[in-house]
Amino acid sequence: MATSTTYAAREHARAQEGTRSDTMPVLPASDWPAPPDGVDPADLVWAETVAGGGYTHRVLARGTELRLTDLAGDACAHLLLFVEGRPWERLNVADTVKVLWNAYLGEGHLLLSDQGRVLASVVADTSGRHDTMCGASTLRRNTERYGDGSLHGPAPAGRELFTLAAAKHGLQPRDLPPSISFFQGVRVGPDGGLTFTGSAGPGASVTLRAEMPLTVLIANTAHPIDPRPAYTCTPLEVLAWRARPTGPGDPLWQASPEGRRAFLNTAEVTR
Amino acid sequence: MTVPDVPALDVPVLDVPVLDVPVLDVTVPARAPWSAIIRAGQELTITDLGGNQAVDCLLYDAHDTAVRYSAPDTVHAQGNIFLTTGSVLLSNEHSPLMTVVGDTCGRHDTVGGACSKESNTLRYGHHTYSQHACVENFLIEGSRHGLGKRDLVGNINWFMNVPVEPDGTLGIVDGISAPGLAVTLRAETDVLVLISNCPQINNPCNGFDPTPVRMTVR
Repeated sequence: MATSTTYAAREHARAQEGTRSDTMPVLPASDWPAPPDGVDPADLVWAETVAGGGYTHRVLARGTELRLTDLAGDACAHLLLFVEGRPWERLNVADTVKVLWNAYLGEGHLLLSDQGRVLASVVADTSGRHDTMCGASTLRRNTERYGDGSLHGPAPAGRELFTLAAAKHGLQPRDLPPSISFFQGVRVGPDGGLTFTGSAGPGASVTLRAEMPLTVLIANTAHPIDPRPAYTCTPLEVLAWRARPTGPGDPLWQASPEGRRAFLNTAEVTR
Repeated sequence: MTVPDVPALDVPVLDVPVLDVPVLDVTVPARAPWSAIIRAGQELTITDLGGNQAVDCLLYDAHDTAVRYSAPDTVHAQGNIFLTTGSVLLSNEHSPLMTVVGDTCGRHDTVGGACSKESNTLRYGHHTYSQHACVENFLIEGSRHGLGKRDLVGNINWFMNVPVEPDGTLGIVDGISAPGLAVTLRAETDVLVLISNCPQINNPCNGFDPTPVRMTVR
């Protein structure tokens, strides 16, 4: 198709509508072909497939559920959470493991802010391969590992991706604390040594519930201690739908005394 | 140092090594914050005077404080969650800020983070809310350097013992430090060191009795 004139170029651009890609957002989200069981398609608010080496970000209302799926078995979803509009309250990984007395994420774990509140709860997990210790890769790390860590290269670094996602919410590099990641496991030995356990295979998913209004940043890039010499990262499916936050009658509210007090602190500022 | 057996002279005999005079030697009171800029090549020794005193520590590139200590970078680079001699304390851009060049304690924590008034309400109950905490120290001392809440990240806890069980259970348990044990850090670039001499009294990180620590720069 000719593009030598403005009129032709406009036709050329408009003719591209309807092209499908393996990694793209679907709008409206209710058009997503396979909503989760029990979810009314009309309740979907976010439906996207994120490329390996890609990132995404979104503001989610309190009560929204967010499902991340490792489609091909080599996704690694690095996650940061901020309270929408008050980003100085954000995910605190140290408190998330220390207060809950567990380094390993799984169903029932609460992702805590630095203000003693629940940002999100893990309401389902079919993977069990996650990490709270290693954070995301950097330009320097990936350049050492793969010869390149730049965003425009073949092995985009996690912190570079987070920097872009953060910028689109008015946030700067100093706003990026340590992150957690899903779908590539790490275990700690008695001597403190780390063991990479890899993924649970294609199709594993994790569902989070927003317990406060959130700014969510996701970087899908290889885990920093993934031992494979070649950069490896496959697409991540992201679905979110309207639901309701955890309430006092829910088992999760009462699952631990620390969690109960975290939900009380959260209720104090969200009612 | 042994004073040599020499005839009495009409000058004083020095009983300290004259080449080992620190450029800074201060005692940080129990529960207090502290900060200093350690120049590239200088060494900071932190001495646990009373034994089992957690010393919460954050590091910043003195010339660009957006570059600061990163627990996850440090952990994933060395493949181990414990810090000891040889550990390189990396920034969020994976650059070396300091190196542990001496350690008579054995291992130190970088997973447990700092205590705060807010997290104390979760860990122990709302009756602890009025107690002093490390985040308060970091915020007030950081404010002297233009740092705010956005600049606080997961920190190092010198002399604190946080094991991880096979099922992932982790927690602060009785310490392995003792009076006089010390850790020495060499600055790899000009580093702003931010310290909270931990005031926690609800767990064994300070042996339930916060005590002073000594900071010596050479």
